[in-house]
Amino acid sequence: MGPINPSNTIVSPTSGWRRLKSCRDQSTLHRVLDGATDDRKLRNETLSCKETLRNCAIMETEEEASGQMTDEIYANGGDGEALSQQQQQQQQQQRRPIISGEQLDIEAYAALYTDRTKISRLIFIADKCDNVSMQLEALRMAYDEIKKGENTQLFREVVQKIDGRLGPNYGPDSGWMDAVDRRAEQRKEKLENELNAYRTNLIKESIRMGYNDFGEFYYTHGALGDAFKNYVRTRDYCTTAKHIIHMCLNAILVSIEMGQFAHVTSYVSKAEQNKNDLDPITIAKLQCAAGLAHLEAKKYKHAARKFLETAPELGNNYSEVIAAQDVATYGGLCALASFDRAELKAKVIDNINFRNFLELVPEVRELIHDFYSSHYASCLDYLGNLKANLLLDIHLHDHVEMLYTQIRNKALIQYTHPFVSVDLNMMANAFKTTVAGLQKELEALITDNQIQARIDSHNKILYARHADQRKATFQRVLQTGVEFDRDVRAMLLRANLIKHDYNLKASRKI
Amino acid sequence: MNLNVNSVDSLVAEIQGLSGSSQDVNHLNSLLKQSEDVIRSQAATFASCLTRLDPSLHSLGYLYVLEACTAGPIPEAQANELVLSVVRFIDMCSVEQIRLVPDKFISVCKRLHEQVMVLGAPMRAVAPLLTAIRKIQLSSEHLTPLHPDFLQVCLSAKCYKIGYSILEDDVLEVDQPRDFFLYCYYGGMICIGQKRLAKALELFHNVVTAPMSSMNAIAVEAYKKYILVSLIHLRQFSASFPKYTSSVAQRNLKNFSQPYIELANSYSTGNISELEAFVQANQEKFENGNNLGLVKQVVSSMYKRNIQRLTQTYLTLSLQDIANTAQINTPKEAEMHVLEMIEDGEIYATINQKDGMVRFLEDPEQYKTCEMIEHIDSSIQRIMKLSKKLTTMDESMSCDPLYLSKVGRERQRYDFDDFDSVPQKFNL
Repeated sequence: MGPINPSNTIVSPTSGWRRLKSCRDQSTLHRVLDGATDDRKLRNETLSCKETLRNCAIMETEEEASGQMTDEIYANGGDGEALSQQQQQQQQQQRRPIISGEQLDIEAYAALYTDRTKISRLIFIADKCDNVSMQLEALRMAYDEIKKGENTQLFREVVQKIDGRLGPNYGPDSGWMDAVDRRAEQRKEKLENELNAYRTNLIKESIRMGYNDFGEFYYTHGALGDAFKNYVRTRDYCTTAKHIIHMCLNAILVSIEMGQFAHVTSYVSKAEQNKNDLDPITIAKLQCAAGLAHLEAKKYKHAARKFLETAPELGNNYSEVIAAQDVATYGGLCALASFDRAELKAKVIDNINFRNFLELVPEVRELIHDFYSSHYASCLDYLGNLKANLLLDIHLHDHVEMLYTQIRNKALIQYTHPFVSVDLNMMANAFKTTVAGLQKELEALITDNQIQARIDSHNKILYARHADQRKATFQRVLQTGVEFDRDVRAMLLRANLIKHDYNLKASRKI
Repeated sequence: MNLNVNSVDSLVAEIQGLSGSSQDVNHLNSLLKQSEDVIRSQAATFASCLTRLDPSLHSLGYLYVLEACTAGPIPEAQANELVLSVVRFIDMCSVEQIRLVPDKFISVCKRLHEQVMVLGAPMRAVAPLLTAIRKIQLSSEHLTPLHPDFLQVCLSAKCYKIGYSILEDDVLEVDQPRDFFLYCYYGGMICIGQKRLAKALELFHNVVTAPMSSMNAIAVEAYKKYILVSLIHLRQFSASFPKYTSSVAQRNLKNFSQPYIELANSYSTGNISELEAFVQANQEKFENGNNLGLVKQVVSSMYKRNIQRLTQTYLTLSLQDIANTAQINTPKEAEMHVLEMIEDGEIYATINQKDGMVRFLEDPEQYKTCEMIEHIDSSIQRIMKLSKKLTTMDESMSCDPLYLSKVGRERQRYDFDDFDSVPQKFNL
C-alpha cells in the first residue's frame, strides 16, 4: 500500500493497467486505456504521466486487483473486444459514487458461504449492484450453485434475471428442472409414507427423524415456510437436550433465510436454556444468530456484544449463515457505533477472541484502531472504501447508513471533547469535509445536547461551554420557587372550589 | 314594631332616625327586610326620598330604596341619571352598613354595569366598581361577585392597567364557581393586554384545571387562549393535562378546540411556511373565536423561537445565516427580530452592523447584587407565608366535618392503615 512506484508500472500492459485501475485521475486513465493495445505506446504514455501517478495514492493490494482483472478478462473471452468492454466498465465504475477501486471479489466472497445463503447473497448482490459485469458474474455463480441443489423455484428466478445474457449455457434448463421436480415428487411421497408408518407405530425418535427429513426436503426445495413448520413439529418428539438444540438450530437457519428475526431470538433463547449440552461451536453459532437478530432490530449495542462474545471456534462451521469475516465486520461496526471509548478498548481492542476475527478483515481492524487513536480521517477513509461492499451485504445493507452516521457523530463528539476551543478549519480537514458542512453537523449535535459547545461562526471556532454551576443553581432555585408558588396557590384555589361544592350540596340537603 | 312605609315622609324619618348606632342599623335592617316588597312595589314613589337621604349617613336605607328603584326596567332617558346616583352612592356609602346586605349592594352594582354598557361608556363604571369591590371585600383574598363585572368593564374600556391592579391580589376564597371562571378568563385577557403572559397563562390554567362536573363555554374559550398564550410565551405546548384536571375537561376540551391543537402541532415542527399555510387555511375559524390577533402573535413568536434556539448553538452568527436558519426572508428582518428580542430581554446579544454579525452573550446576571439578594429574600418570605397558609388549611380541612364524613364513608373502599385515626363514621 502507499504511493505507487512509477518504475514498476511498465512491466506489462496488464499490470500497468491494473495499477491504474483505481487511479482517480480520469484523463490519465483514458490515455492509458486508449493505448493499451500497443505495448510500446502504453510504455510511453505511462512514462509521460509519471507525475500524475506519483500523486496517486492507491490503497489497494495488487494481488486482489490482478486476480479480479484476469477474472474479468477471462469472463469476457480475453480478446481485443474485451478491452473496449473493460473500458466501458471502467467508465461506469468511475461514475459510481464510491471512491474505492477495490471492487468486491465475488468469487472470493461467495467461497465463504455454502448452501442457500450463498445463493441468496449472490442474488442479492446481483439485485443491488449497478455494475453489469458484476451482476452477471454473481448470477452466473448463483446459477452454477443452484444447479448443484434442487431448488427449481429459485432456478427459475435466476434464469429470468440472467435473461439470456450469459449465453446458451445459462438458459432455462427445462430438462434438469423436470428431472428435479420428478425426483422431488417421488421423494416427497416416500417421505410421507415413511412418516405415516412411523406415526402408526408411535416411535418417537422415528417420527422426529421423519419430520426432520421433511424439513430438510422442503428446505432444499425452497419452501421455507413448510420447512420451518416441519422443523418446529419435531419439538414434540424431542427426547434429549441435543434434539432440542438441533431443532432450534434448524429453526434459526430457516428463520434467518426467511428474514423472521423474531423467531431467531426466541429459538436462540430456547437453545440456550440447555446450557450443559452446548458445545463451543454451537454456542458461537447461537451468538451469531442472536447478533444478527439484534442487528436487524437496530439494537446495535446488543448486536455488538453478541458478535464480540463469539468464540473463534466458529471458524467456517456456520458458513450456511455467516462467515467469520462477517462477525468481524458486523461486530466491529456495531461496536464503533454504540460503545464508548472505555468499552471499545476493553471489549474490542483488548479482546483476544475477537482479534482472531479482526485479523480476517484488516480494514475493519485498522479502522477501529484509527478510531481509537483518533485518526479520524483515515478511519473515515476506510469506512468510505468499505461502504460499497457493505451495501452489498445481505444483512448489513439496511444499517450501513445509520451505523455510519452514528460512527461519524461519535467521532465528532470525541474530537471536540478534550478541547476548550477547536478551529473548525482544522477539524474540517481532519474529517475531510467543508467548514459549512461541519458546522451543520455540529449544530445538529449541539441542539441534541450531545456536544456542550457553541460555534463562533465568524471566526470559525468551536468553544466548549462550561456550565456555570452557581448561576445555574440560582436560576433553578428561583424557577422552582416561582413554580412552587404558582402550584400551591392553584392547589389552594382548587381545594376551596371543591369545598364550595360541598357546601352547596350540604346546604341543599338542609 | 312595624316600619311605617305608608308615605315617603315616614320612611325617610324612620331611616334617618335609625341610622345612628350599629344596634339601630341592625334593627333598621330587619325592619326594612320585612317591608321590602312594599318598597319594591312602589319604587317610583319612593324614588323621591333618595334626594332627602344622605348616602354616607343613611347608607342602608338608601341602598334598599336604590335597589328597589333599579330592579325594574329602566327607560333609556333615566339611565344617565341613575348611573350618576349609583356612582355617587358607591363612592360615599358606609362600609359597615352596606355589608349588612351584600346581595343588595351587588345587584345595584351589576345594574350599574348593565347601564354603562347600554350607554356605551364602560369607562364610567371602572372606578366605581373598583371602589365597590374594595368596600364589600372582606379581605383581599376574597373573590366577590363583582370581580368579573369589574374586569369585563375594564376590558371593554381597555383600562388594562387598572384591571391588572386587582389581579395582583391572590384570590383564595370563592363564593361562586362561575364568578371564579369568569374572573380568571377576563383576568387572563387583561394580562394579555398588559403583556403579562406568565400571569395570563396561570389564570387560564386555573380555569382549565378547575374542578367541574360539566363542560362550560368559559373553560373551552380559556383553553383555546391557554394554547395560544402557551405557544407565544413558552414557545411550546404540552397537550397532556395535569392529573388533577377534572375528567370532564380531560375528555372534552380537545374536541372543542381542534384547530388550536392542530396549530400547536404545526408549531412544534418549526416550519414557518407550514404554520402560515395552516393559519391561512383556518383563518375563519380563528376569526370567529376572536383569537386571530393571538394567532398572528403565535406566528411571529415562531421566528423568535427559532432565533432563540440559535443562541444555544452559536457564539457569533451573521444576520444572513440567522435569516436562513430561522426562515426569515431578509437579513434586515432578521435584524429587527433580534433587536426586539434583545430589547425584551429574551436573548443577550450584540449586533455588529459593520459586518452584519450577531454576537450572542451569556446571561450577564451574576446573582450577587443587593437587588437580587432582596429579590431572593422576598421570594423566600413569600413562600414561607404560603406554606404556612397551606398548613393552616390542611389543619382546618382535617377538622372539617364534611370532609371527615366523606372520608369515613369511603373508608370501606380503601382499607389502609393510614385511615385508622379517622372515625369509622362521623355522625353529625
